[in-house]
Amino acid sequence: MKHSKPTERTKVKVVLPGDTVSLDVTTPGIILGPGLIQAGDSISCTKAGFLVRSGPTYWVENDQKRYIPETSEHVVGRISGKGGEFYRVDIGSAHQAILPFLAFENATKKNRPNLNIGDLIYARVALANKDMDPELQCYNPTNNKAEGFGKLEGGMVLKCSLRYCQRLLTQETDICKLLGQVLQFEVSIGMNGRVWLSSDTIKHISLVYNVLKQAEALNNSECKALVNNLVV
Amino acid sequence: MVKELELSTNEKELIISGLKEGIRLDGRGIDDFRSLKITLGPEYGRSEVKLGDTKVLAKVSCEVARPYPDRPNEGILTLNTELSPMAFAGLEPGRPSEEEVLVSRILEKAIKINRAVDVEGLCIVANELAWSIHVDVHFLDNDGNIIDAACIAAISALSHFRRPDVTVIGEDVTIHPVDQRNPVPLSIHHTPICVTFAFFENGDLWVVDPSLKEEQIRRGDMIIAINNHKEICVLSKAGGLPLEMHTIIQCSKLAASKVDWVREKIQDAIANAAEVEKRCYLILLLFLFILYEF
Repeated sequence: MKHSKPTERTKVKVVLPGDTVSLDVTTPGIILGPGLIQAGDSISCTKAGFLVRSGPTYWVENDQKRYIPETSEHVVGRISGKGGEFYRVDIGSAHQAILPFLAFENATKKNRPNLNIGDLIYARVALANKDMDPELQCYNPTNNKAEGFGKLEGGMVLKCSLRYCQRLLTQETDICKLLGQVLQFEVSIGMNGRVWLSSDTIKHISLVYNVLKQAEALNNSECKALVNNLVV
Repeated sequence: MVKELELSTNEKELIISGLKEGIRLDGRGIDDFRSLKITLGPEYGRSEVKLGDTKVLAKVSCEVARPYPDRPNEGILTLNTELSPMAFAGLEPGRPSEEEVLVSRILEKAIKINRAVDVEGLCIVANELAWSIHVDVHFLDNDGNIIDAACIAAISALSHFRRPDVTVIGEDVTIHPVDQRNPVPLSIHHTPICVTFAFFENGDLWVVDPSLKEEQIRRGDMIIAINNHKEICVLSKAGGLPLEMHTIIQCSKLAASKVDWVREKIQDAIANAAEVEKRCYLILLLFLFILYEF
């Protein structure tokens, strides 16, 4: 999946829940992102973290690990049960998600997907609503193709903060590129704070797992030092 | 087990395949402990243990109480190891889980029932007054093997603790406040330290000091507590898959060498704490000297 690099983003200040932020509300075109809420004429924060601005958009960034599903996000889930015509999937949200048997490429009533409890899948959030269980689908709705969604074979799952997953996906952190120069591996990044990773040998998988785990707290130059010191 | 913490089939298979090749997820050998860091102080009897990402805090406190009527010449030692949702997601506070019962039983067997602390020395006046020592163990973070970490924390806290000095002249009992007379350490007979083994598949695969992921897929476990006299204080194998005799003997020998390593770490921590205390005392003396000079 191609993702463009983010445009220039600047940290404005540190905010706590309840803080009022003074932005020019009258200027049209200001977009409030996650963590900000408009109450009448004032804008207040609902999360603790950095207030970040990119162009006309403001939002709050922090290290939270708790996932709140949003439509069209890609997630890594684990099958936790089977219901009538669907699978129950644990994506780390408050409620287990639903993955209907028909939500796969080329699925028909006769042709069921072959997934078991405990399997890992890469899926897209089709429906996310705070009053309902989230729903997933394993195909791209625009062209009905699987495009990488579906069962993930082997490998390991790393649980991290949501922000780190964003940084990996948009390549804001160079760790994947740097590590890719040393050994071959593949990753499926879920926006729910889970990253599936796999490589050719168990030793390499455990190496990638530990490197990605450590790199969450490192900046790009420290990542470079980490990769340079690796014994593959 | 909370749904979020359950492992996927991929993870389970990877860990088992890794163990078959002698590889653990964090790069350790199968008989390696994680990095152990023990911090004692600043108060006497406070010990914080970090075993990898597992964090345990033990605090020892004392009070004067009446001895139990059936043991009039002994003091009282109480170990409290309540699990809390802080480290254990999905735990219902108030109702002791199976794990909690196991942790508290093992620690009691190792420390209390094996008489690691001299409780007779805690008696002040027979039948009337005795020291009641409380060891409170708090679990701050759980990444597997809380029993070993809790035992290290409790033992190091008890070794570091000082109680107020007492003088008994006939009927007169004087408990000296700590600012008037130096507090006195507890009399420790021996220091038992636990080593946990986790077993997988049909008992052929095993590891020392399992992490949380390894604990979740283990088929059996065994806890051996050995003291500084090389005596086995506790050997606990509660359920799980059956083990061969030679495995148990091999594990006990390995446990003995691991316990030596842990004991060295505890001695280092106690020495460090004493050094820090001495330095603080010297700085205080210097400060007072300068103050009086001017």
